Amino acid sequence: MRAALCATCLVDQFFPEVGEAVVAVLRRAGVEVSFPEEQTCCGQVAFNGGYEREAREAALRFLDVFDGSEHVVVPSGSCASMMKVFYLELFEDDPALLERARSLSERTHEFTEFMVNVVGDTAAAKGFEGKVTYHDACHSLRELRISAEPRALLEQAGAEVVEMQDSDRCCGFGGLFSVKYPHISTAILEEKLANIEATGADAVATTDCGCLMHIRGAMSRKGMQQRALHVAEALAAANAGEGA
Amino acid sequence: MSVRTAQFRSASAQAVADPKLQTALERVMGHFTEARAHAIEEFPGDSWEQLRERASAIKAHTLEHLDYYLELVDKSVTRNGGHVHFAADAEEAARIVLDIAKQAEAKQVIKSKSMVSEEMELNRRFEEAGVEPVETDLGEYIIQLAGETPFHIIAPAMHKSRQEVSALFQQWLKSAPTNEIKQLCAIARDALREKFRTADMGVSGANFVVAETGTVVLVTNEGNGRMTTSLPRVHVAISGIEKVIPAIEDVSLFLRLLPRSATGQRITSYNSFVSGPRAQSDEDGPEEFHLVLVDNGRLNLLRDPEFREALKCIRCGACLNTCPVYRKIGGHAYGWVYSGPIGAVITPMLTGVKGAKDLPYASTLCGACRDVCPVKIDLPRLLLRLRQREAEGDPARERSSTWLERMLMGRWSNAVKTREAMERSARLGRFLQRPMERSGRIRRLPVPVLSGWSRGRDFPPLARKSFAQVWRERLAQEPSE
Ligand code: SF4
Repeated sequence: MRAALCATCLVDQFFPEVGEAVVAVLRRAGVEVSFPEEQTCCGQVAFNGGYEREAREAALRFLDVFDGSEHVVVPSGSCASMMKVFYLELFEDDPALLERARSLSERTHEFTEFMVNVVGDTAAAKGFEGKVTYHDACHSLRELRISAEPRALLEQAGAEVVEMQDSDRCCGFGGLFSVKYPHISTAILEEKLANIEATGADAVATTDCGCLMHIRGAMSRKGMQQRALHVAEALAAANAGEGA
Repeated sequence: MSVRTAQFRSASAQAVADPKLQTALERVMGHFTEARAHAIEEFPGDSWEQLRERASAIKAHTLEHLDYYLELVDKSVTRNGGHVHFAADAEEAARIVLDIAKQAEAKQVIKSKSMVSEEMELNRRFEEAGVEPVETDLGEYIIQLAGETPFHIIAPAMHKSRQEVSALFQQWLKSAPTNEIKQLCAIARDALREKFRTADMGVSGANFVVAETGTVVLVTNEGNGRMTTSLPRVHVAISGIEKVIPAIEDVSLFLRLLPRSATGQRITSYNSFVSGPRAQSDEDGPEEFHLVLVDNGRLNLLRDPEFREALKCIRCGACLNTCPVYRKIGGHAYGWVYSGPIGAVITPMLTGVKGAKDLPYASTLCGACRDVCPVKIDLPRLLLRLRQREAEGDPARERSSTWLERMLMGRWSNAVKTREAMERSARLGRFLQRPMERSGRIRRLPVPVLSGWSRGRDFPPLARKSFAQVWRERLAQEPSE
């Protein structure tokens, strides 16, 4: 099976280790991974800010970059949603482009969903030790309806998965929102951190690098002991025989 | 109600810093969301989903043919012996109601809950005209005494503690201090009972207006709605034009959706159906019945195919209860009658985008509201559309996104045009971040717009090597196993 990795701009520029983890897990499961280097950003930043023209430009580029890929794997629920759901809206009024967007939408998968539903190898990772709680990234959950997949992967990797209260509540990131209204954003985040802490887990895992950056940023500021991981990092660590 | 949307930033900052408010929000919102979830669990399979689909479709159909249904309302109410008034805006609506009061020589008016009357600032208008208005919904009564506006669509005084309520009652009703809810209710009941007996006119809202029968449907828990509409000589119901539904058969569907979505109740204590003044055979009921149908910006929404669906709203409040932003800032910060996700959508459309420019952006677009809305309004989508119009500049309105933000967006757009451009920007970024970076994190980010991040959160520095570089140097060569 072949898959092109869409790293997302956050992974590309801030969290390359997440990209490495995704590649490691996919390869271990026997997937042939490629990385079309011309990729940059899916356009979500612009789209969520209301800058539709700029978002369209970015989307057009992605249609080209991933034109021939059999599967496109994205380690971020919101970028995957952008490509699977919102591209269709962006190109609503252009039948030719809509057709291409539809094709890309069908070939695009969020990473955990790809592992469970396409590769079908939920047992690819083993040997993870530690207690993990999963934060439902909003777009993974409500645009893509992904919630069982990451939990199953973590569990089968050997993690003890504990549920936090309101795991499906937003962490307060919201892209531009986090810098435009920092007082509201951090108030929401506080509640998330408290819920994470209350589980007694060693780590919180999620499927979106936006949430990851947000939660990590606060944990680092507060000097919290828990770690914030992308699910792929937890799985890669499992393979390498590490815990949280 | 005066529009204070421009103070969103300071008002919301005050709210998140108010521990009492935070406790109240956590408690009440937590209770509502849990009760709702519990009530919906009873529906097997996708049967709840089907109810939502049907309700959404009925609303869509009614809005599509609103002219027809409004005419039908007019005919039906007239046939029942009532009067229908159409008001273009809040001002005209208030004038109509004041005229009715004047004709009826009303000195005392009792009101049951009506959000549209808040749009009209009806209480102030009554007072200026020498008429005494008394809110009879307990929550509304409390905030009327406090001189405030509703904090929540269905729980207007949820931010008030027992102690505060007791203090208000002591001040206005000369009652003895107490923190017992039961006693507080008894005090209010005593005070209101007298008003019910002596009022000349009752003003109510309308949860639904049934076109075919000319019936106003009121959903309440306190019975005050029934007294307001049946004891005084005159009953005036005020409704937004979007509250119309076609037929009496449709009511049961909405009565299943509304209380469950709002408070998690299977049914509210009172469901009143008011179809005009008392008939000759009736023993009681008002002698006069008026229905005031208010536009106040709604037709603009109706004419706008991208926003029309916002008129499907049945004001259940579920989107407020689940909204992470509302749960932190509460209702007053939104600056007008409606708050939460639905307020963030309709307030800019009804009061003008310019003053309310924060509202469409004050959302994480998490989508929780869309999932609970009983009529399936795609609220995040509507917020996004408002942002689009802002960013692109709507010919009908002034643009409100800042030049700084547009400039940054332009920068971003150039930086992601090609891999090479992105690497070039990142190289510059890595160079610039060096003085700010301390042991793998950036505590303060002195960059316009982005600086807000530094509040409570560290920023990750750009990685030494982008993933693309790592790929080129190491990963591309490694074969799959
Ligand atoms: S938008 Fe939907 S959820 Fe919100 S108040 Fe209206 S009907 Fe209820």
